[in-house]
Amino acid sequence: MESIKSEKKEKNNETHTHIISVLVLNNPGVLQRIAGLFTRRGYNICSITVGSTESPNLARMTIVVKGNDKILEQVVKQLNKLIEVIKVSDLNINKCVKRELCLIKIHAPNESSKSQIIQYTNVFRGKIVDLSQESLTVEITGNSDKINAFVDLVRNFGIKEMARTGLTALMRGPKILKSKKS
Amino acid sequence: MKGAEAIIKALEYEKVDVIFGYPGGALLPFYDALYDSDLIHILTRHEQGAAHAADGYARASGKVGVCVATSGPGATNLVTGVATAHADSSPIVAITGQVPTKLIGNDAFQEIDALGLFMPIVKHNFQLRDAKEIPETIRSAFNIAKTGRPGPVHIDLPKDVQEEELDLDIYPIPAKVELPGYKPTKMGHPKQIKLASSHISKARHPVIIAGGGVNIANATPELMQLAELCSIPVCTTLMGKGSFPEDHPLALGMVGMHGTKPANYAVSESDLLIAIGCRFSDRITGDINSFAPHAKIIHIDIDPAEIGKNVRVDVPIVGDAKLILNNIVSNLIKMNMNNNGNREWVEYLQSLKKSCIPKMDYSDVPIKPQRIVKGLMNVIKELNIEKKSIITTDVGQNQMWMAHYFKTHFPRSFLSSGGLGTMGFGFPSAIGAKIAKPDFKVISITGDGGFMMNIQELGTIADYNIPVVICLFDNRTLGMVYQWQNLFYGKRQCSVNFGETPDFVKVAEGYGINALRITNPEEIEECLKEALLSDEPYLLDFAIDPSEALSMVPPGGKLKNIIDPITEHPNERIICFDEIKRRFLEKNSKNEDTPLEELSESEKDEGIKV
Repeated sequence: MESIKSEKKEKNNETHTHIISVLVLNNPGVLQRIAGLFTRRGYNICSITVGSTESPNLARMTIVVKGNDKILEQVVKQLNKLIEVIKVSDLNINKCVKRELCLIKIHAPNESSKSQIIQYTNVFRGKIVDLSQESLTVEITGNSDKINAFVDLVRNFGIKEMARTGLTALMRGPKILKSKKS
Repeated sequence: MKGAEAIIKALEYEKVDVIFGYPGGALLPFYDALYDSDLIHILTRHEQGAAHAADGYARASGKVGVCVATSGPGATNLVTGVATAHADSSPIVAITGQVPTKLIGNDAFQEIDALGLFMPIVKHNFQLRDAKEIPETIRSAFNIAKTGRPGPVHIDLPKDVQEEELDLDIYPIPAKVELPGYKPTKMGHPKQIKLASSHISKARHPVIIAGGGVNIANATPELMQLAELCSIPVCTTLMGKGSFPEDHPLALGMVGMHGTKPANYAVSESDLLIAIGCRFSDRITGDINSFAPHAKIIHIDIDPAEIGKNVRVDVPIVGDAKLILNNIVSNLIKMNMNNNGNREWVEYLQSLKKSCIPKMDYSDVPIKPQRIVKGLMNVIKELNIEKKSIITTDVGQNQMWMAHYFKTHFPRSFLSSGGLGTMGFGFPSAIGAKIAKPDFKVISITGDGGFMMNIQELGTIADYNIPVVICLFDNRTLGMVYQWQNLFYGKRQCSVNFGETPDFVKVAEGYGINALRITNPEEIEECLKEALLSDEPYLLDFAIDPSEALSMVPPGGKLKNIIDPITEHPNERIICFDEIKRRFLEKNSKNEDTPLEELSESEKDEGIKV
């Protein structure tokens, strides 16, 4: 019995990254309610994105959390308890579409560095969205790994400024996050 | 009609009969509307008293308690009381005034972010921005407070919304409100209920832990049915006290840090633990890894987030305890369950129970607290008010003595701040309980520390002539802190001594309240009888032995490891102001002699510049 218990514990203690999609009523203060829950219970938010949805009174939050199974179970349960939360889903990382947008202002004082950055941007299917004598601003979209790779690539030119939105995601297939809480 | 009148109408629609509150600038329209209403308003002497009274009202009656306070400091004063209700799942609606909407965010006079302030300590809260929202919001607030796992709901009410015109014919109070994100589960999952029934039928050393949820769900009859049908011993948590009659042969008393030996042993040696409406707090489990090490755990709770939060659970059942227990019992009856298999286990626990019946009939002077508890039980029995009495306790030693020694037989008759452990809860909650149950005898058990935290409410019971009997366990010591300092901090007593003041009898008399100081144990019964029969507010100041303490499980320890307290007379010396003054003057005179030496060169330069 003891051994079973300890095995269970080890399994529980592995930390994973989870993407939690939360459909909430678009009321004032709802972001504070969600963020406050994470602070109060000591859960760590890696990133959070909030935006409108197909329905004007609903907003979707995509929260990336790191934690073991037990913490994740509590995160989902505690979120579900909030009156303004309509639906919570721990998205399967392999069965969802994930995107993040990143704007990077890169140091490019001469033609050669500019053309090199433009080449790299094309490879990563990014866009040049702004250009000046000394710099280039690139917009790049994709999952976090792709953005990390691009950032590493252009680091040597000198990154003047960078803004990342954090991950947003939707389930693949026809399934949607709409049903009432059970 | 003005918004404020609509609020009163909406409260009346919810069958609110009494409000506990304290007026202020941001609530003037509300109180103006109250003038024309039949609602009874109890003016407490502090907003915290109003919140605790509403809480006591809710706990005693099961109905939603309502408290009201103005913006800013009124709201902050409510916080402790609302948090107390939240920790113990007590349904209250707390209304705070707010500055007019156009001033919100301007740091106006008596403005505070009440919405943000209450957010982490309520089940839900609202801020009204428009009078049109009043009917639906009040309806939703009461619905949320009393359904599912009950809890406090807060409504922030800007002054201009109270004054705004509203036509209730156009915006009527809805019969039903739609809350798309709120669907509490009531019925337990049939598969899990079947599994639980099968575990129960096979168990040889089963034990039930009944928590506050049993009281809230009014599930005592079902709990008794289950326990008696399968001969399962029952222990309770502090909040579960009263959910199972403690004179029952299967009752083991309270479990946990200050639990009884039979209860703690039963949980530690059980092969099946049936936890109903309890959340396995650290005060119950002690060391989580050695908690009920051989037991399968069935956990019944209406809040899914409580299941698996603190302990591993084998059979989780989410839903209403009353319905689920009912289903389990009928399943077990169908399975022809008899109670022969547990006989040895029950006999073992009953002999354990007999072997540690606490001594209570002390005749010592100063009085032992056990003797007062015994006297109280005797008097309640003699006056035949067992079914018609409510005890409220404060927090600390008085609470644990009552939990340990006082036998409670009926649900909702023992009210105590369990989760938050709020000193100052006992006395004002008794006021709320007495208003909820006017034909009950309400006895507020409190220590001198907790009593002094809300002593101002003597004014409330005096002015309204609310016949609450206050039993003060007066040892002039913060007994629980003193006990821990003795046990775990090498008897280094620090800031636990209250000295000799005040004379509580004179304080009570200042309010025109009857009061007696009792130093002789022979007088206990007589004085209690007089106070209870007087039907007037009464203060009984029992001078108790300050060295008395209670056995306990050290925090984070194993439940079977119950240690004896150190019973020594407190001896902390109080520093008087004269000495504080002397020390300060001495220090300052030293500083004056050497002012520049301690400054560095650069600091000296700066000094010259200035």
